[in-house]
Amino acid sequence: MAEIFWGVIWPVIVLAAATVAIVVPLLLAVAYLTYAERKIIAAMQLRQGPMFVGPYGLLQPIADGLKLFFKETVVPTRANKGVFVLAPMITFILALIGWAVIPFGDGLVLADINVGVLYLFAVSSLGVYGIVMAGWASNSRYAFLGALRSSAQMVSYEISMGLIIINVLMTAGSLNLSEIVRAQAEHGWYALWHFPMFMIFLVSIIAETNRLPFDLPEDEASLVTGYNVEYSSMTFALFFLGEYANMILMSAIATILFLGGWLPPLEMAPFTWIPGPVWFFLKVAAVLFVYIWARATLPRYRYDQLMRLGWKVFLPLSLAWIVLTSAVLVFLDLAP
Amino acid sequence: MADYLAEYLPVLIFLAIAIALAAMIVMASWMIAPQHPEREKLSAYECGFEPFDDARGRFDVRFYLVAILFIVFDLEVAFLFPWAVALGEIGVLGFWSMMLFLAVLTVGFVYEWRKGALEWE
Amino acid sequence: MTAALFVFYLLAFVTVAAAVMVIAARNPVHAVLFLILAFFNSAGLLILVGAELVGMLLIVVYVGAVAVLFLFVVMMLDINFVQLREGFLQYLPVGALVGLVLLVELIMVLGTRVVPTTAAAMPRAAPEGVTNAEALGRLLYTDYFYLFQAAGVVLLVAIVGAITLTLRHRPDARRQDIAAQVRRRPQDTLEVRKVRPRSGI
Repeated sequence: MAEIFWGVIWPVIVLAAATVAIVVPLLLAVAYLTYAERKIIAAMQLRQGPMFVGPYGLLQPIADGLKLFFKETVVPTRANKGVFVLAPMITFILALIGWAVIPFGDGLVLADINVGVLYLFAVSSLGVYGIVMAGWASNSRYAFLGALRSSAQMVSYEISMGLIIINVLMTAGSLNLSEIVRAQAEHGWYALWHFPMFMIFLVSIIAETNRLPFDLPEDEASLVTGYNVEYSSMTFALFFLGEYANMILMSAIATILFLGGWLPPLEMAPFTWIPGPVWFFLKVAAVLFVYIWARATLPRYRYDQLMRLGWKVFLPLSLAWIVLTSAVLVFLDLAP
Repeated sequence: MADYLAEYLPVLIFLAIAIALAAMIVMASWMIAPQHPEREKLSAYECGFEPFDDARGRFDVRFYLVAILFIVFDLEVAFLFPWAVALGEIGVLGFWSMMLFLAVLTVGFVYEWRKGALEWE
Repeated sequence: MTAALFVFYLLAFVTVAAAVMVIAARNPVHAVLFLILAFFNSAGLLILVGAELVGMLLIVVYVGAVAVLFLFVVMMLDINFVQLREGFLQYLPVGALVGLVLLVELIMVLGTRVVPTTAAAMPRAAPEGVTNAEALGRLLYTDYFYLFQAAGVVLLVAIVGAITLTLRHRPDARRQDIAAQVRRRPQDTLEVRKVRPRSGI
């Protein structure tokens, strides 16, 4: 009996505790990302942002969350009820499970699987389901059109993201996320070697998460927030949480693939004093700032422009970069 | 083999906890918050009009085209994954093998471009 | 190993149950969603036998791309359920025949194999110390060169076929021509004229 406990149940308890230790700070980070977003945009527009709830408005995200929690859950009569409730749950679950393989520091990873990159790619390619299901189940014209646009947009940028990831894989020679970061300790950050790809990747992750300036699916002016128009209360909150958790996840992926994960910028005295996970969080925060910065500065794209950018600019560029990188690696005998 | 499976256990547990959390959040709010459903409140948002018919109508065939092209290029990416990892070992032959593959697909891509399949109207 | 066995039976059971629901579900959208569930569990089974790369690719390609297209098709087309049901009995013999042929084929393929009875004799997903992706990469592009190129040609045919079947240009649509916009000069569109008072042009 004791053997079963220590052999089977105890590890599960430990892992469950570790999972909760990732999920709870993540949800807090999501809450305060919305706060940071409002504050930064306010600062860029010479406003103050939230100021009333708590000192400097610090409790604002908590208040927003509680308000949403105590609202009524409206399920439209003509909606397909099961799918309608399932859709936000799927968005939320997908935004969370990606975190199982993210290495926060050297050896500080929950599931160190061999195909970590592919796992993240798979999770992000499923993101389209929450939106399509929501748009269809709502049985509302705006939601339907929003979902349609959104899914076409997401799959288009999925391809350029995949091609960009291939570049990193070639230079690192592994699908394991920790190995990719360790390879960068040797080669230098891939943001330097693959600088154009890094730029395209940043734009692609903004498009993939449907954020401004690519937020056509929820274009207020023409679609009244798009696929989630019929949602209220916590079903809406799950979409919202999922979107922001996805932003953080995408920033973490960009950090691991291009910005050297937990590595300090230089292997020198003042930088190496700060522990790896702190560097990781700083880099993720920097990428998140780009998200918010873009939102505050850039006007929205038109849909045909968005599709043209994905298919006619990013796809050929990243494909050409793959040919270039692999040719250099093979003919100079540098491939790992 | 056992080590390998042990790496997937956290993924499974993570998935279970994420599902439980999502279900819990929706259920808790639904049970705690007051629910007063009413006919007008439950109708689809259509600027105050009654919807004329089912919202799920036909739409531009171009969305299907994008989905099909996406499958093709997704497969291309899938073929690139093992290639990228094994590039150091398969050497020059492996390199040219993939270049030929990409060239064939680039013919398709150019065709698609020239035909205007990438234009939105 | 008992835990792995338990997971195997769980995944296998859900796969089969979901597959049954795919054909039993009345709403085609629900059928596709069950199909996705079946894909997921099959991916789990593949990971369980050590083929993690193929398992992940199953999710990326089938769930992430192919099922999205299926979902598009069944969600957006007006499918008349009653009409769909009517043909059920009529096509039953044909369906049964196809099923029978598949079953015979399966038995023939399986019959030629010697099924190993011990775990050690089972084929391995990858040699010891080599990851799935590397093991596959070493073989696919060099040893199976022709098959790999054939896959490329099949994808090319898919692109051309999809475009010829679905692409229709709407004559009334207005498109942006960036080159024309950039080429435009003020002289082409503007003309400065002197206008005398009280006369007009």
